[in-house]
Amino acid sequence: MAKNKDSISYIFTVAFLVCLVCAVIVSTAAVSLRPLQQKNKEVDLKSNILAAAGLLEDGKSVEESFSQIETRLVDIDTGMFSDAFDVDTFDPVKAVGDASITETLDKSVDIAGLKRREKYTEVYLVRDAAGEIETLILPIRGYGLWSTLWGFVALESDFNTVVGLGFYSHAETPGLGGEVDNPSWKAQWSGKKITGDDGELLIEVTKGGKADPDSDYQVDGLSGATLTTNGVSNLVRFWLGENGFEPLINNLKAGGA
Amino acid sequence: MSEARKVLLTPILTNNPIASQILGVCSALAVTTSLNVTLVMCIALTSVTAFSNLFISMIRNYIPSNIRIIVQMTIIASLVIVVDQVLKAFAYDISKQLSVFVGLIITNCIVMGRAEAYAMSNPPVPSFLDGIGNGLGYSVVLIFVATIRELLGAGKLFGFEVLPLVTDGGWYVANGLLLLPPSAFFLIAVFIWLLRTYDKGQEEKADYKLASNSKKEAL
Repeated sequence: MAKNKDSISYIFTVAFLVCLVCAVIVSTAAVSLRPLQQKNKEVDLKSNILAAAGLLEDGKSVEESFSQIETRLVDIDTGMFSDAFDVDTFDPVKAVGDASITETLDKSVDIAGLKRREKYTEVYLVRDAAGEIETLILPIRGYGLWSTLWGFVALESDFNTVVGLGFYSHAETPGLGGEVDNPSWKAQWSGKKITGDDGELLIEVTKGGKADPDSDYQVDGLSGATLTTNGVSNLVRFWLGENGFEPLINNLKAGGA
Repeated sequence: MSEARKVLLTPILTNNPIASQILGVCSALAVTTSLNVTLVMCIALTSVTAFSNLFISMIRNYIPSNIRIIVQMTIIASLVIVVDQVLKAFAYDISKQLSVFVGLIITNCIVMGRAEAYAMSNPPVPSFLDGIGNGLGYSVVLIFVATIRELLGAGKLFGFEVLPLVTDGGWYVANGLLLLPPSAFFLIAVFIWLLRTYDKGQEEKADYKLASNSKKEAL
């Protein structure tokens, strides 16, 4: 190159060419890998749904296990199944950030620190041979100490007994709040009841070591992770309460939604 | 030692980017809680350093000196995005755990430092080897730190239980501190200490010496 390396036109030419080549490489990679990435995301979400319901089996592919699960769109306020969106294309995680289908929550009811709640979300059903709902899997989320915890809670066919609970995304302190992922802690949820005989919401996470072992409603919190466990308690109570899935649960108990 | 071997091997112990140049420590704190994640991070960083060195060295004679840093950053950033996309496609679980730290390879001082210090003034093949060598130097430290953190912090290696934890009915009480970032500081310091005990030549000379007191001060 005979041209002066410090001339403005040369600098622009080099900058342009470098950007062009890099842009082509980056976009090629992004476009060609997108289908694989989306598939990974879907499988990941499905395996979390299955894990909450305890349906994740070794040696069985996630797709195979997921085929028994029915996805339904729910209008959270009325608690009725809805067809406002197509379940195959509806993205419940994206819906959370979409202003057109979320509503601002009043501070007094927003115990899970959500600020806005979507009007529609997806729930997942497992039906038995007779077509009755055997397990209901509900998405839950809320603020812990550092981060929003995203997870699922699965209920039995009485819509009152918890099958399992699990979080698939959070950034709590590893070893302390991060122990919400610990299988032995999660196992405590199994068999707990949400509401008492008169329909009052009773399920809660107590301080570490304070839960009554005979209680049907109390889950022992994690020692050293009080704020995370308070967050978990609040988010479970929010989503199973009147601003969450209570209308849906009541409709299902009454015989249908 | 041949020139190529020297370029490849000196950064591993003699001139380790983390231990003797103290570069790229931040990601060493964040991604060393489990060996699986650490290994993927090491491979990602090594390939980015190697290829950014290679490409920058290939066009080094055409880069105008006043925009050279921007050109280097553009190449490094593109490579990091490609690596991130590949991880999301083929190692989704691990890329979720690494989250933002793959993207932060862009700001890792080792990549930038090698591009500026070596690739800008050396031919492509040695530059590529230099990138691999420095990536390996980074990997050695990270694997050392991650092995100790995962073993003592979680009782596992590569996710397999080695020391049965008390919480699962075993005997080992996990040291939670080792799962938190500060422990990586201690462990990197221990690594540097061991390295400098083994190779005294790496000890820096003191910048100054305290002079002995020459005046008798009034009491």
